[in-house]
Amino acid sequence: MTGSWKIRLATGLAAPAIALVVALAVSSLALLVSGSSPVTAFRAMATYIDSLDSVINIVNRAVPYYVAGVAVAIGFKMNLFNIGVDGQYRLAALLAAAVGAAVDLPPVLHVTLIMVVAMVVGGSYAAIAGVLKVTRGVNEVVSTIMLNFIATGLSAYLLTTYLQDDAASGLVSGTPELPRSGQLPSLNRLVEAIGIDLPRNAVLRGFLPFAIVIGILFYLVIYRTRFGFELRTSGLNPAAATSSGVNPKAMVMKTIILSGMCAGLIGMGPLLTDLHKYADQFPFQLGFTGIAVALLGRNNPAGIAVAAVVWATIERASQALNPVGIPQEIGRILQGSLLLSAVIAFEVVRRAAAAAAVKEAAARTGEAGEAPAGPPADTMAGAPV
Amino acid sequence: MADQGRAPAIVLHGIVKRFPGVIANDGVELTVRAGTIHAIIGQNGSGKSTLMKTLYGAHRPDEGTIELDGQLAELHSPRDAIAAGIGMVYQHFMLAENLTVWENVVLGQEPGGPFKLDIKGARARVRELSARYGLEVDPDERVATLGVGERQRVEILKVLYRGARTIILDEPTAVLVPQEVDELFASLRELVAGGATVIFISHKLDEVLGVADAITVLRDGRTVAEIDDPHSVTARDLAELMVGSQLPVPETREATVTDVVGLAIEGLGVEEDGRPVLADIDLVVHRGEIVGVAGVEGNGQQELVEAIVGIRPIAAGRIMFDGIDVSGESTRHRRDRGLGYVPEDRHRDGLVLPELLWSNVMLGHQWRRPFARGPWVDRRGARQRSDEIIIDFGVKTPSSEVPAYALSGGNQQKLIIGREMTSEPRVLLASHPTRGIDVGAQGAVWEQMRRARSAGLATLLISADLDELIGLSDRLVVMYRGRVVAELDPAHVTPADLGSYMTGARAPEAA
Amino acid sequence: MTALHPVPTSARGPSGPSGPSGRVGLVERYGDLPRWARPLVVSLLAMTLLSVARIVADAPDMTISETFAAALGAATPIALAGLGGLFSERSGIVNIGLEGMIGLGTWGAGFAGWHWGPWAALLGGVAFGALGGLLHGLATVTFGVDQIVSGVAINIIAPGVTRFLSSELFAGRGDGAITKSPTMSGTMGGFSVPFLAGGEVFGWRSPDPLAWIDDKRWFLVSDIAGLLGGFAHGMRWSTLVGLLMVPLSAYVLWRTPFGLRLRSAGEKPSAADSLGVRVNRMRYAAVAISGGLAGLGGAWLAIDVRSYNEGQAAGRGYLGLASLIFGNWTPSGILSGAGLFAYSQALAQRPGTAPVRALFLVVAIVFVVVAARSIVARKAVSGLALLAAGLVVLAYYVTVDQVNNQIVFITPYLITLLVLAFASQRLRPPAAAGRPWRKGDL
Repeated sequence: MTGSWKIRLATGLAAPAIALVVALAVSSLALLVSGSSPVTAFRAMATYIDSLDSVINIVNRAVPYYVAGVAVAIGFKMNLFNIGVDGQYRLAALLAAAVGAAVDLPPVLHVTLIMVVAMVVGGSYAAIAGVLKVTRGVNEVVSTIMLNFIATGLSAYLLTTYLQDDAASGLVSGTPELPRSGQLPSLNRLVEAIGIDLPRNAVLRGFLPFAIVIGILFYLVIYRTRFGFELRTSGLNPAAATSSGVNPKAMVMKTIILSGMCAGLIGMGPLLTDLHKYADQFPFQLGFTGIAVALLGRNNPAGIAVAAVVWATIERASQALNPVGIPQEIGRILQGSLLLSAVIAFEVVRRAAAAAAVKEAAARTGEAGEAPAGPPADTMAGAPV
Repeated sequence: MADQGRAPAIVLHGIVKRFPGVIANDGVELTVRAGTIHAIIGQNGSGKSTLMKTLYGAHRPDEGTIELDGQLAELHSPRDAIAAGIGMVYQHFMLAENLTVWENVVLGQEPGGPFKLDIKGARARVRELSARYGLEVDPDERVATLGVGERQRVEILKVLYRGARTIILDEPTAVLVPQEVDELFASLRELVAGGATVIFISHKLDEVLGVADAITVLRDGRTVAEIDDPHSVTARDLAELMVGSQLPVPETREATVTDVVGLAIEGLGVEEDGRPVLADIDLVVHRGEIVGVAGVEGNGQQELVEAIVGIRPIAAGRIMFDGIDVSGESTRHRRDRGLGYVPEDRHRDGLVLPELLWSNVMLGHQWRRPFARGPWVDRRGARQRSDEIIIDFGVKTPSSEVPAYALSGGNQQKLIIGREMTSEPRVLLASHPTRGIDVGAQGAVWEQMRRARSAGLATLLISADLDELIGLSDRLVVMYRGRVVAELDPAHVTPADLGSYMTGARAPEAA
Repeated sequence: MTALHPVPTSARGPSGPSGPSGRVGLVERYGDLPRWARPLVVSLLAMTLLSVARIVADAPDMTISETFAAALGAATPIALAGLGGLFSERSGIVNIGLEGMIGLGTWGAGFAGWHWGPWAALLGGVAFGALGGLLHGLATVTFGVDQIVSGVAINIIAPGVTRFLSSELFAGRGDGAITKSPTMSGTMGGFSVPFLAGGEVFGWRSPDPLAWIDDKRWFLVSDIAGLLGGFAHGMRWSTLVGLLMVPLSAYVLWRTPFGLRLRSAGEKPSAADSLGVRVNRMRYAAVAISGGLAGLGGAWLAIDVRSYNEGQAAGRGYLGLASLIFGNWTPSGILSGAGLFAYSQALAQRPGTAPVRALFLVVAIVFVVVAARSIVARKAVSGLALLAAGLVVLAYYVTVDQVNNQIVFITPYLITLLVLAFASQRLRPPAAAGRPWRKGDL
C-alpha cells in the first residue's frame, strides 16, 4: 500500500472538517451577536433530528438534492458549468407531468414513460447550450443562465396556455393529476417488512431507490467506463485529451446532454411520489441547491450523497429553533458559510495535498516531482462568452 | 556609430549562473559598446536567455560582475534594470490586445494626475517617440488589430517611454516576415543613431551579419567568440562557432532500415491565420529507420508534429501511414493505425497530472486492450500494464497508484515512452523526447528508441539536441522557415553545414 | 529561394478599419460618423422604427412618456448591475454573484433607509453590496477559488444572510418582518424639468410643452417628445444617481490611471505586473466597486417601494450580466441593453397587450433587416436563420391578438442568446476574465 490513499483520505476529510468548524464558528458568532446561545441552538437541533420521523423527512428532502447534485457534477467532471440544471428540470417536470396525465398506461410502463419524457426534455434543453458552445463558441455559463429564465417563462406560458388542468379551480394553475398508474408507491411497506415501525404520518417516498441507482450509474459511467475516462480527461487536461484521440466537441455535447437528462429526473421524486402534478407549489431552485451540493460533495458520488443529506439535515434541524426562541434562519447561515468555507478549504487543501504527494514520492524515489504550478483544479473558469 | 570616447555601455565579466543540475552560464564575457547594435548568437540552450535575464535583473548571477557605463552595478529586479536604462523586448509580446497602443505604452507610468489621465499628453509622447525612432504606429489603434511587426514596435516604444537607453531584443525576427525584418532593422538603426544601444539575440546569421556592429557567440554557456568587425567573418564561420568544431560521432551500428515506407508526407502545407507556417513538406520514414528533424525551434517543427497527429488542420498535401492516406482521419483513427506520440510538452499534451499513473498509462490507448473491455475500463489490465512499464522502462515511483505530478520529469517521460512503445506502434513521433530530463533517463530513452528501431519502427525524431539527433538518426533533415531545406547524412555532416542550414546562412541545394 | 511568408497585405483583425476609401455599406458610413453623433443616429433610427410600429400596430401607448419613464426606472438597477459586472470583468474577475450582491444591497438599503431615510439607503446599499464583492475577492483572489463557483456560492449565501439578518433586526419592528424591512422614513422624491416638462420654479408651475406634443401623437415628433418626457417628467433622484454612474464609470475606467490599470489586469495581467501594476490589488478594488454598484442597484429597488423586501433582486443581477454581454463590456452598451430589456418590461405593464404586440413587429423588422445584411455579406447560413426567425416573429405578430406576458418576459434572455450566437465574433470580452492569476503566471 502506498501513501497516496492516505493523502486522498486526508484531503477528503480535512477540507470538510475545516469547513464544518468554520461554518459552526460563523453560525455561533451570529447567534452570540443576536443574543442567543449556540449551545442551546445546536442542542435543540441535534435533539430534533434524533428521531425516525426526522430521518425519513431528511431522506425525502435529500433525494431530489442528490439527483440535482449528480446532474451538476456530470458537467463539472469535464469542466462544463451547467448552471442550467434548474431550467432543465423544471421544463422536464412540466412536460413529463403533462404527458403523464394525458396518457393511460399500465403502472410500470406509465412511470417509465414519464421518466423517459423527463430525460428527453432535460437532455434536449441542455443540448441547446451544447450546440451554442460547440458551433458558436458561446460559454455555457452565460447561455445556461439565460436558458434558465427562458425555461421559467416558457413553462409558465405552456402551463397557462396549453397544459392547464381545466377541471381545477381557476386559482391554482397546474397540470392535471397523474392517474394512479403514473405514481410511485411509498416505501413504507417495504420498511415495515424489514421490521422497522414507522411513526404515523411518516411516508418514505418511493423515489429513493431510483436516486440510489442514479448514483451507482454515475459512479460506473464516470469512473469505470472508457467514456467516463475520456470525460474526466477532457475536464482535467483538454489538450492531452485531444492528443489522445478524444473529439472535444462531441465530448461537450455528450456530457451536457447527459447532465440534462439527469437534470430531467430531479423533479421526478416530487412529481411521482408526492405532488402528482406540476403546479405552483412545485419545488423550485433545486438546480441551485444541486450546484451547492455538488460543490460540497466534490462531484463525487458518495460525497454528493453526504452533502445532500447534510443540506437536508440542516434544513430539518432548523425547524427546532423557533420553538426555543432562536431564529431558524440561522440554518441558512450555516448552509451558506459551510458552502463558502468548503470551496475555499478544498482549494487550499488540494494544493497542500499535491505538495505532500510530490514530497512523499520524492522521498521514496529520491527524485523531485515535476509539478510546475500545481496540478490544475477540478474546475476551470470559463471566459464569460 | 560607435562612440570611441565613451565607456562601454555594458560589460559583463565572468558571469556564472547555475540552476539545479545545470550550469546555464559558465563564465560569460560580453562587452557592448555604446551606440552600437550588438548581436548575441548561439544555439538553443547555449545560455543566451539566462544571460539576458541576468542583465535584465530577472535573477542575479552566482558569480561575475556587471558594469554599466563604466560603473559596477547590482541589478536586483527588472525595476532596477529599468532605472539603469535597460529595457527588454520579449519574444512573446507582453501586450494587452484590447487596449490601445498608447494605453499599453504608458501603463504603470501614466502622465497626468490620479484622477485624470493626460490622454493628449500620452498620445503626443507616443507620436514623438515613434517619429524620432521611425517606429511608425498609430497611438489610438487597438493592439489586437495590429500586425506582428507593429506590435513589436509597441514593445520597443514601451521601453523607450520608460527611458531605456539600452534595449535588449530577444529573438526579435523569429516572428517577423522578411519585409517586417527590414523595417525592424531600419528602426534599430534609427535607435542607434539617436544614441541608444541595442542588443539582439538571434539564430539567423544572414540577418545578424546584415545589421550587427559586433557579435558575441555563446556555446554551452560560455563565450566562444567576440567579433568586433562582422565583415571579417562569414556566415559559415559563425555557424561553425555556434555548433562547435566537433559534432558527436554517430555510433556504428547495423542498419535496420528496410524498403517499407512507414510514414510518408507529401506536399504538406499548414496555415495559421492565413499565413503559411509549413509548405511543401515531403518526408519519408521507412520501417526500421529514425529520421531526425533538425532546426532552430519555431521553424515549423511543432506544426509538423501536430499535423501528423491530426490535431491541426492541413491546407495542402497528404499524410500516409503504411501507404494509407490518413489526412482525413481523426486522431483516434491514426492512433488505431499504430501512431505513437511523445509530445514536446508532456504536461500539456502527454499527461493528466492529477490522475494516477495507471490512468495516465491508458491515455491515447484507452479503447484498446489491456485498458478496455468493450465500453468498460479494465482497471486490472491497466494496473498490470503500468506495473510492467514501471519495471521495463525503469520508472522510479513508489507504485502505479501515485498522481503523475509526483514523478520527476525524467520518470514522467519514461512513463510516456513506455506507454507509447508498449502499444505496438508502427510509426513513432518523438518530439524532444529527452528535454528537461536527467542524463540517466536520457540514456534510457535513447536505448528504448534504438531497440524499437531494430524492431522495425518508423520514427520521426524532432529535437534541438544535436547529440540526440546525430546519435540516433539514420538520416537528418533540416527545417527552416516552414520548409525542409536540406537532407543530410549524420555520419558525414559537418558543423558548418548543419549550422548554415539551420540558421538560413545557406540555401538548399535544389533552389 | 522564395520567401515562404508572403508580404502581408493586411495583418489587421476583422474589425480593423481599412481606410475611408471604398466604403459603401451603411455600417461603414456609420463608422465614419463622429463619436458624439453615433448614439443620436441610432436613437433616431430606433425612434422611427418605434413610430412606424406603433402606428401600424395601433398601439399609441408604445411611445408615451409614461412608458419611457417606467422603462427608465426599470433600467436603472439592471444598468447598475451591468456596470458592477463591467468593473469586475474588466479587471479579470467574472462576477456571477451580482444577483446576490443586489440582494445584499436591498437589505443594506432597507436597514439604512429605515433608520436614516432614503438618502442613507443609497449608501447602505452600496456598503452591503461592496461587502459581497469583497467576499468574492477573498475567495477568488486570495484563495484562488474558481470565479464561477464563488459567484454561485455568493448567490446561494446572500438570501440566507439577509433572511437571518431580517429575522434579527426587522421582524416585529414597526411593519417589519423576516421578509421585509420597516418602511423607510420619508421619501426621496424627484423633479420635473422646468419649461420642458412642467417643472416648478419657485413654486410656479411652468408650462409642459413635451406633454402637449406627446399627446398629439404625430409621427416621430410626438414619439421623441414621449422619450424626452420620460426623462424630464418626475425624474426620481435615485434614478438620476443611478444613471450618472454610467458616465462616471466610463470616466473612471477610461480616463484615469486607476481605470487603465484595472483594465490591464483584466486583459493581460502578466504585462501589467511587469510594468509594476499590482494586479491583485486592482482586482480587489474592482470586485468591491462591482459589489457597490450592484448594491446601489439594490438600493434603487428598496427605495422604489420604500422598504427591503425579500427577493427584490428578482433576476436583475443576471439581466445585468446579460446587458454587459449585449453591451460588449462598455458602459453605453450596458445602458442600451438595460434600456432595451426594461422597455420590453415596461410595455408589458401597459394596459392591454397592444404595445407588447407592436414590439414583436419591431423585432420582426429588425430581424429581417439584419438577415438581409447578412445575406448581402454572403453569410447565408446565419442570414437565413435570422430571416426564418424574423418570419416566425412576424407570423406571431399577425396571428396573435393577445400576447402572453411570459413571451415578453423571456425576450431579453432570448435577445442575449441571439447576440451571443450571431455576434460573438464582434464581442470583445476582457481577455483574462475568468482566469485566476498568480505572480509569475504568463
